[in-house]
Amino acid sequence: MTVLATPDKTGSGFPLGFDTILDPSPLQYLDEHGALSGALRDDALELEPKELLATWRAMVIGRRFDVQATTMVRQGRLAVYPSSFGQEACEIGAILALRPTDWFFPTYRDCVSMVTRGIDPVQTLTLLRGDWHCGYDPQQWRTAPQTTPLATQGPHAAGLALAAKLAGDDTVALAFCGDGGTSEGDFHEALNFAAVYQAPAIFFVQNNQYAISVPLAKQTHAAALAHKAVGYGMAGVRVDGNDVIAVRHVVAEAAERARRGQGPTLIEAVTYRMQAHTNADDASRYRDESEVEYWKVRDPLARLETYLRAAGLLTDEAVAEANQAAEDLAAEMRARLGEEPEVDHRELFAHVYAEPTPQLLEQAAALQAELDAEQLDADQVDSAQSDAESEAGR
Amino acid sequence: MTATLDGATNTAIPLAKALNQALRDAMGADERVVVFGEDVGVLGGVFRVTDGLTREFGENRCFDTPLAEAGIMGTAIGMAMYGFRPVVEMQFDAFSYPALEQIFSHLAKMRNRTRGQLPLPVVVRVPYGGGIGGVEHHSDSSEGYFVATPGLHVVTPATVSDAYTLLRAAIESDDPVIFMEPKRLYWSKDTIDALAASGSAAGSGTGPVTGQATGQRIGQAAVRRQGTDATLIAYGPTVQTALEAAEAGAAEGYDLEVVDLRSLVPFDDATVTASVRKTGRAVVIHEAVGFGGTGAEIAARVSERCFHWLQAPVRRVTGFDIPYPPPKLERHHLPSVDRILDAVASLQWEDR
Repeated sequence: MTVLATPDKTGSGFPLGFDTILDPSPLQYLDEHGALSGALRDDALELEPKELLATWRAMVIGRRFDVQATTMVRQGRLAVYPSSFGQEACEIGAILALRPTDWFFPTYRDCVSMVTRGIDPVQTLTLLRGDWHCGYDPQQWRTAPQTTPLATQGPHAAGLALAAKLAGDDTVALAFCGDGGTSEGDFHEALNFAAVYQAPAIFFVQNNQYAISVPLAKQTHAAALAHKAVGYGMAGVRVDGNDVIAVRHVVAEAAERARRGQGPTLIEAVTYRMQAHTNADDASRYRDESEVEYWKVRDPLARLETYLRAAGLLTDEAVAEANQAAEDLAAEMRARLGEEPEVDHRELFAHVYAEPTPQLLEQAAALQAELDAEQLDADQVDSAQSDAESEAGR
Repeated sequence: MTATLDGATNTAIPLAKALNQALRDAMGADERVVVFGEDVGVLGGVFRVTDGLTREFGENRCFDTPLAEAGIMGTAIGMAMYGFRPVVEMQFDAFSYPALEQIFSHLAKMRNRTRGQLPLPVVVRVPYGGGIGGVEHHSDSSEGYFVATPGLHVVTPATVSDAYTLLRAAIESDDPVIFMEPKRLYWSKDTIDALAASGSAAGSGTGPVTGQATGQRIGQAAVRRQGTDATLIAYGPTVQTALEAAEAGAAEGYDLEVVDLRSLVPFDDATVTASVRKTGRAVVIHEAVGFGGTGAEIAARVSERCFHWLQAPVRRVTGFDIPYPPPKLERHHLPSVDRILDAVASLQWEDR
């Protein structure tokens, strides 16, 4: 089935084209109503119906994960959860466009991308649950630990991509960041290093319009974040971040360019943070509800669903199956996250170095002695209580 | 260890050359070792520590970077995640500060963050300290920032042999190592001594990280001079000053022991404690500021562990609590033989 067009062919040497990025209107395949966009160009991209349905299904599940996680913060089961509700086209489209052998670097708002990669939901939420800082094996999943300091993962992605290139592998590294993160110095250094070394890296900016309370206009005076690519001599593209087909396409194309040795790409995906920054934030203090309403009708999941329905690709059975899978996931999260996580105080000292220093061994022993003494006290209280109870019962 | 030890030399070479040899030998021994930083390629580094490495190993193994220390550090972290063993150069102590966030928030914490699944075998070479007439930002002693950051090893050689063996051990370590190079010792010459390299000159402490190539342990102090009256505890650039003070002190009737820490993290409590319990007196010496400086921690540890053996409070001879002075004034700031001997003289000798 042929439904989509590639972006421009300008002959500029950049397949994604300077004229694309100097025109700040984002690349789009599906418009807000789920119809084929007027921006369609000549060349067609083929996405099998199977792929489109798999993408849609992942979005259904990703959204359910996000809603469930938000609920579990209210129930006290997670310390905090930065929602990516409404950003599923970015979270899922980008990951599905990569190979499992590619690396990616998520931020704290990218749990849905991690679940999409296949990481266990409870391991995904370890950081936000608070039982450790990272719950999965980054090497196994080729997924870096989530970063909270903004844009600091950018240079890691550049370095990992350079390493892959030097090793002769065709691995690509994708780093997520937000619009706020583009103001950080590390964002600049990451793009510059990746471009200088022509490293196979993709910098995927989810421009969701807000950095906590600060709107994009206070982060940059540029007409588009994607324009920054010009300054680094790298390809750049601005894409509708609520159009998952467009997102998949630009990431796949950036990855192929990277694998061909044509260097890094900056992608700006224009989207919107539908929820507050986290549960601890009150978005009504800095933005109007009408703005949220404007974006509600641009919902990425509804848009794809409308298109698939109109194209006759989505059956009621498929909807029922996806909804059941999503509910199963939510039920599993409720059950597993509902239990108190097991933590081990000895881990505090175990992983700081390959071998603990003599000083850490001393401190570990001191903590153990404290806890043993606490336990002894507790046992004595228990035993005194049971003595008193048996006394009273006599 | 035997005479087949890597790196042993018969002729005296400058400390910078010993570092260069350590890099060359490490790169030859392990192709995962890569060297990069500002001007480290064709130029060979502003102190020539990487001289000839690009020529010998090619641009994929030793290369110049854009002028951006956070980018250098972040790139090193990413490469280590992929299995490389980067050795990066911060051109001067004060120019490492843009990299501090990467060092503090990621380099030091990644292993712990991932329960050991993502170790970062990165060596960060930092030329540090004063005494070379450098203008502002070229003479800082920045070790205190690194020492206060769990997850980093912090080592600093004071001899040509240690420059070689400690750097080899640092590169072999699976943990990040901040390798502090006393830049005023770059031109001091000696042989790389197989005996010293084997660790036989070391004290009684046992460090956790053993270099396969040289037998050098990270975390092991060395007793550089035996004495009975007081222990001078120094590291990096002040070891030589302490040894000179000990010589001068002998003429004044003090038999001074000199401990070269070599490693600030892990700290060799065993060697330091044994020495101070033997002598009963201690002076800690470093160039960095005293207030909140590494010497404060050392003095506290010595006091806690040697209280009943001490004949006098532990004294410190450090830089003043001021921004590093301009070159025309730095001699007032740096610990000197006289200042060390004044501190020794104040250690309550009334009962002698």
